[in-house]
Amino acid sequence: MEADSKPKKSGARLCCVCTQNRAALKRPKTLEQICRECFYAVFEEEIHQVILENQLFKPGERIAIGASGGKDSTVLAYVLSELNRRHNYGLDLFLLSVDEGITGYRDDSLETVKRNELQYGLPLKIVSYKDLYGWTMDEIVKMIGLKNNCTFCGVFRRQALDRGAALLKVDKVATGHNADDIAETVLLNILRGDIARLSRCTSIITGEDGPIPRCKPFKYTYEKEIKLDYFSTECIYSPNAYRGFAREFIKDLERIRPRAILDIIKSGEDFRISTTTKMPEQGTCERCGYISSQKWCKACVLLEGLNRGLPKLGIGRTQGLNSDGKKDRKRDSRTPSIESKQCGSLEF
Amino acid sequence: MACNSSTCNSSGCYKGYEEEEQPKPNTKAAVNGGNSCQNLCVKCKVNEPVCCGIGGENSRFCKDCFKNNLYGKFKQAVTYNAMITPPDKVLVAFSGGTSSRVVLQFVHEMQYKAQKNYDANKDKSLPVFGVGVAFIDESSTHSFTSLHIEKAIEDIRLIVSNLAPPSKELFVVPIESIFSSDGIDGKERLKELLDAVSDVTGKEDLLIRLRILLLQKIASENGYTRIVLGTCTSRIACHVISATVKGQGYSLSADIQYVDSRWEIPVVLPLRDCPAQELNTLCSLDGLKIVELLNGPCSGINGLVSSFVKVLQEENPSRECTIVRTAGKLTPFHFNRVPEIHDSNVPSATRRHQKRYTLKPNGSLSSDSFCPICSSPLKKSNFPSSLRSHGNQQNPDLIASACSSCQFQILPKDPSLMEEFLSVLPQQMITKAKHGDQGDFSLLREQIQEFLLSDGENEI
Repeated sequence: MEADSKPKKSGARLCCVCTQNRAALKRPKTLEQICRECFYAVFEEEIHQVILENQLFKPGERIAIGASGGKDSTVLAYVLSELNRRHNYGLDLFLLSVDEGITGYRDDSLETVKRNELQYGLPLKIVSYKDLYGWTMDEIVKMIGLKNNCTFCGVFRRQALDRGAALLKVDKVATGHNADDIAETVLLNILRGDIARLSRCTSIITGEDGPIPRCKPFKYTYEKEIKLDYFSTECIYSPNAYRGFAREFIKDLERIRPRAILDIIKSGEDFRISTTTKMPEQGTCERCGYISSQKWCKACVLLEGLNRGLPKLGIGRTQGLNSDGKKDRKRDSRTPSIESKQCGSLEF
Repeated sequence: MACNSSTCNSSGCYKGYEEEEQPKPNTKAAVNGGNSCQNLCVKCKVNEPVCCGIGGENSRFCKDCFKNNLYGKFKQAVTYNAMITPPDKVLVAFSGGTSSRVVLQFVHEMQYKAQKNYDANKDKSLPVFGVGVAFIDESSTHSFTSLHIEKAIEDIRLIVSNLAPPSKELFVVPIESIFSSDGIDGKERLKELLDAVSDVTGKEDLLIRLRILLLQKIASENGYTRIVLGTCTSRIACHVISATVKGQGYSLSADIQYVDSRWEIPVVLPLRDCPAQELNTLCSLDGLKIVELLNGPCSGINGLVSSFVKVLQEENPSRECTIVRTAGKLTPFHFNRVPEIHDSNVPSATRRHQKRYTLKPNGSLSSDSFCPICSSPLKKSNFPSSLRSHGNQQNPDLIASACSSCQFQILPKDPSLMEEFLSVLPQQMITKAKHGDQGDFSLLREQIQEFLLSDGENEI
C-alpha cells in the first residue's frame, strides 16, 4: 500500500501494540502508530530474532563491535550489550574503534565512543592509522589532495579493523551496516556490473574464510529506526551532505513504499547467480601477510605510493606498480567527474 | 556507511570504480570540424556521419551504417535464438511507440526479403513466415476522447497497410475483451477490477499482465505461433531495477531473456540489445511514423525507477547496457528458450543451431510453480504451503500461491474483499493457476505415489 499523502488527523491515537499508551511515533518500517516503549521493545526484539535465526553468535565468543562513533555503531553497541544481558548470549563484547587521524572529526567521534565505553560498560580499543601505517589521514590528504582520499581511508580502515580485532583476539567483528546500506549496495552492484559482489553483498556473515568473520546484525534494520544517543558529524573532507544517486533513489522509494528497502535485500538474496561465477582467488600479501588476491594487498600498494611520493599508485583501473604514467593519462582523459555527487563506498 | 566525500574519485566509490564497466564514453556534444578522421562514418569510413550511437563520439554513423548496425542486432537475436522459423506465424505487438514501430519495420523487412527469396526460388521448399499485428486499445482505462483514439487507430491501419507486400492482418482489440470469454461486457468488469487494486504500482502491473493475456488470446485464437515484443534495452534496464525493488529478484531472470516460453505462445524480444536512444534516432532518420498514445506517465514505483534510470543514463550513456549485462548473468529458467523444433520443414542447420545454443532444461523435476497473477516462477520454498492446500479446490489456493509482490500490491488487504476480487479476475488467471499447479503436482505425485495410502485403505 502506498504511503498516504494526506496529513494525519490530530487527536489521541493509541499505540497499536500495547493499546495503552498514546502513540508517539510512526514506525518507518511499517508505518504503525506506536509508543516509545513499544518501539524500543519491538526494535530490539526484531534484532534479537535476526541474531537467533541467522546464528550470528555462539556463547563464549569474543565479539568486537566496529565503533565509529556514528549513530549506527552507537546503537549497535547499546543493543548488543542489552540483548547480551537480557537473553544471556554469553558474549564477551568489546568496542573497537579506528582513529584515522582526522583532526576535528575523529576527535569528536572518539569522544562519543569513549562515552559509549562508560555508558555500556564495554572495554574500548583504539587502533590508529598512525600506529599501523605510519600515516594519519591529515598527512595523507596533505600529500594527495582531496581526490581519492576515500580510497585510502576505506582500504586502511578495513585492514585496521581486522588488525585491531586480531590484536584483541576476537572471534568476530560486528558492524553497524543497516538495511539502507545493503539495499544501496545491491543496486550499486547491479549498476556497476559486479556480479561477483552482487552474490555476496546480502550475506549477513562475510569473510568466514578470511582473518576474522564479520556480521551485520542490522541487516534488516531501517536506518530511520536507528535512533538513539548518537553523534552525527559529516566527515570534514566531505563538506556536501549531498548523497549519491542510489541513496537518493532509495530515500524516494522509502517514501512511496517503505518495505521496498527490505524487498531489495530479498531480491539480492534470491538472485539466481551461478555458483561457478568466478571469485577472486584468496592468497596472501607478500609484504604484510594480509589476505589478498594480488601479490600485494591494496593497503601495501597504497602505502608504497605514499612512501615513494607517487600518490596515484593503486588508484584507478590498472594496479601495476610500473604503469603510473599510463594510468595518469588514462585518468585525465575520462570525462571530469561531476561535482557534488557523492559516491557510495562499496569496500566493506 | 556511505562515503560522504563530494570530491572523491576513488576506486571504492561508485563513480570512479569501473572494474567491470566499459570505459565511459565522452559524451561532449560534437564540435564541427574536429579531427579530420572523425568526419567520417566509423563503420564504412566513406560517408559523412549523421548521427551518434550511444557510444557518443566513438560511434558516429552515416544513415545506412546506423540502420544496418541496428538491423544487424535484430537479425542476430532472431537467428541466434531461433526466434522465427519458416512455418511460424508471428504476431507483432504494436503500441505505437518507437520500439514497436522499429520491430514491426524490421520484421517486415525480414519477411520481405524472405518473400523475395521464395519468389526467386524454383524449389519453393521453405515457406515464408506470416506476420500479423496486434494493437491493444486501452482507452477504456483512460479519459481519451473517442476522436483521439479513432485517429490513432486510423494511423495504425495506414502504417500496417503500407507494410505490404506481404500483407499483414491487423487486430485492433480493446483491453476489456480479455473478459469476453466470460460472455459479458468487459468495460464494467475491468473498471471494477482496477478499482479493487488500491496500490498505483499494482494497478499498472496488473494492466501489463492483462495486456499479455490478451495478446496470448489473440495469437492463440488466430493461429499465431510467436508473439514479438519491441522491448528494448532501456525498458529491460528499468524492469531489472523495478523487479529488484519489488522483491522479485528470483524471477527477474525469467523476464529479460530473448525468449519466454512460459506461455502457450512463446514471446520473443528481438530488440533486447537495442537502446531506446538508437531506436528513436532510427525513427527520425528513416521517417518511421509513430503514433503517440499518451497512456499517462507511469507513477508509483515504475515511474520512480524510470526517472532514476534516465538520470543514470544521462550521466553515463552505457549505464543501461551495463545493467542489462549484469542481469544477463543471472541464471535463466528452463522456459527461456524456444520449444524444440520437430518440424522437418525447418532447415536442419537451424535445428542443430538451436539445440546447441539454447539452454538445456535441467534434468531434474521442473518444480517451478508460478504466481497465478503475474506468472513469475516461485522459489521452491513456496512449494510446501501449496502442497498442503492442494486438492482443496477453493479459492484460498490462489491467494497462497501468489508471489509476495502480487500479494502485497495487487491482492486486497482486507480478507473480506478477497472473494469479490477473485470474482472479477479474468478467467484465464484463475484457470491457469489451477492447471499450472496441477501440472506440477501430478508429476510430483507420480514420484511419491508409492508412499501414499489411499483414503479407503485400512491400516494394518
